[in-house]
Amino acid sequence: MNAVLDWLAALGRAGLGALERLGRGHLLLLGILAGLGPLARRPGLLLQQMNSVGVRSVLIIAVSGIFVGMVLGLQGHYILSRFGAEATLGVMVAASLVRELGPVVTALLFAGRAGSALTAEIGLMKATEQLSGLEMMAVNPVYRVLTPRFLAGFLSMPLLAAMFSALGVWGGWFVGVGLLGVDDGTYWSQMQAKIDLHEDIQNGVVKSLVFGFVCSWIAIFQGYDCVPTSEGVSRATTKTVVHSALAVLGLDFVLTALMFGK
Amino acid sequence: MAPKRPPKRPAARAAAPAAAPAPARPTARPAPPDVLVRVRGLSFHRGRRAIFDRIDLDIPRGMVTAIMGPSGTGKTTLLKLIGGQLRPSAGTVAVDGKDIHALRTGELYALRKRMGMLFQTGALLTDLDVFENVAYPLREHTKLSESMIRKLVLLKLEAVGLRGARDLMPSELSGGMARRVALARAIALDPMMIMYDEPFTGQDPISMGVLVQLIRRLNDAAHLTSVVVSHDVAETAAIADYVYVIADGRVIDRGPPAKVQASGSAWTRQFMQGLPDGPVPFHYPAPSLATDLLPAWGAAAA
Repeated sequence: MNAVLDWLAALGRAGLGALERLGRGHLLLLGILAGLGPLARRPGLLLQQMNSVGVRSVLIIAVSGIFVGMVLGLQGHYILSRFGAEATLGVMVAASLVRELGPVVTALLFAGRAGSALTAEIGLMKATEQLSGLEMMAVNPVYRVLTPRFLAGFLSMPLLAAMFSALGVWGGWFVGVGLLGVDDGTYWSQMQAKIDLHEDIQNGVVKSLVFGFVCSWIAIFQGYDCVPTSEGVSRATTKTVVHSALAVLGLDFVLTALMFGK
Repeated sequence: MAPKRPPKRPAARAAAPAAAPAPARPTARPAPPDVLVRVRGLSFHRGRRAIFDRIDLDIPRGMVTAIMGPSGTGKTTLLKLIGGQLRPSAGTVAVDGKDIHALRTGELYALRKRMGMLFQTGALLTDLDVFENVAYPLREHTKLSESMIRKLVLLKLEAVGLRGARDLMPSELSGGMARRVALARAIALDPMMIMYDEPFTGQDPISMGVLVQLIRRLNDAAHLTSVVVSHDVAETAAIADYVYVIADGRVIDRGPPAKVQASGSAWTRQFMQGLPDGPVPFHYPAPSLATDLLPAWGAAAA
């Protein structure tokens, strides 16, 4: 009986703890959003973070995009050629990338590269008292440190996803047209005819904006809320990657259902 | 519905006169002008543990006040309470006559511009070099021209002997140098007071000597008020005008360094002389060694 009560008590404590963290996360988000006004007066801070969060993620996104596109080209050709439908390879590659793989894989890579770096940086700033130091210098660390990083992540994600998709389409073309003999004109013209600006591209951009918002929020909250020790920063970094990946995959299903589930 | 009781006011305790003669003791009258920080009835808890239990203390203006005590007694917490980074469970902290926990954010930040703090780690911004670290508060809070900022930064760095290190990054500095840069940054806005959090920890004798002299010299030259939190007895007592000894959430001794060092309190004597055993026991609470090593014997004895 006691074991059951202990288990229930532990469950209750865990639930309360999770709710408390959720509340802290939302309060932090409000603080971050309140910092957008002051940030508008100092665009240099945003550009600096766009470089750190966005530009430095370009290599991994570009290489991944090319390889994913090449694999899509191979797999697509293998399946489509069974039905004599190789001509639609361009559409298949582009639709897969723009609707799903571009936003989702970019978000997963972003969480692993930029999200973990954001968490570690903010966590170490907390552990080395830099955030406290800013507070004591009468500088709001949320406005000065967190808001530029959050906005940079939010804005970088759709740009990186667009780059991923574009390079993926090129990778698919390289394999399909360059190596497997699909007609060049057919590859592009089918894509041009079938890919819809609203249905495909715009929905993909919306997805990547949502993922950018969520991944940046998770990364910044985990860093700001971490236990300021080496172990605490390490755990926070792991949580960022795990929580971001789960959030992206879960949200992708919800968004896909809302956008295409007619 | 029961009528609401008026909230308990820690100030009621603060109004009671305290025993020590100096600095000014709690009274119902307005704070005397020579007290910069007035702490009254301050309580602070972490979970169920009381870090401070209704403590009173005064930081006199223009002096070096040391707050001493063993590790884990909440000395750094006290500085964070004075700086308004933490909120007390009860009691008040008045800095320059203003209850710091009753201030709005804008007022709090305005007051913090007049307070410097030297953190244990230095807390330098690691992506900025030494010059930019010291210039940081000037750039954030003033509209001085670039040439004026340059002059001020070089003067502040000269004061701590690191003008030549202006181009180094924080990762290239030794621990002592990092703290001196942090000190230059703390005095960049010419504050009225500086709080030092364990400034001597982990320093070699030369760095320690430099820091000891700097704290005293800056305090006198710039007419600052200094609060030094430390457990380095000799160094701190050498430069302090007034000492508080804190333990178990209370102020257990206070007075000029010579008086505290000659204190009859067993606790103060153990701390000041670094005795291994005394009121603070050598052993962490545990069952007897025999019980641990020979459980059967322990059970039989019981």
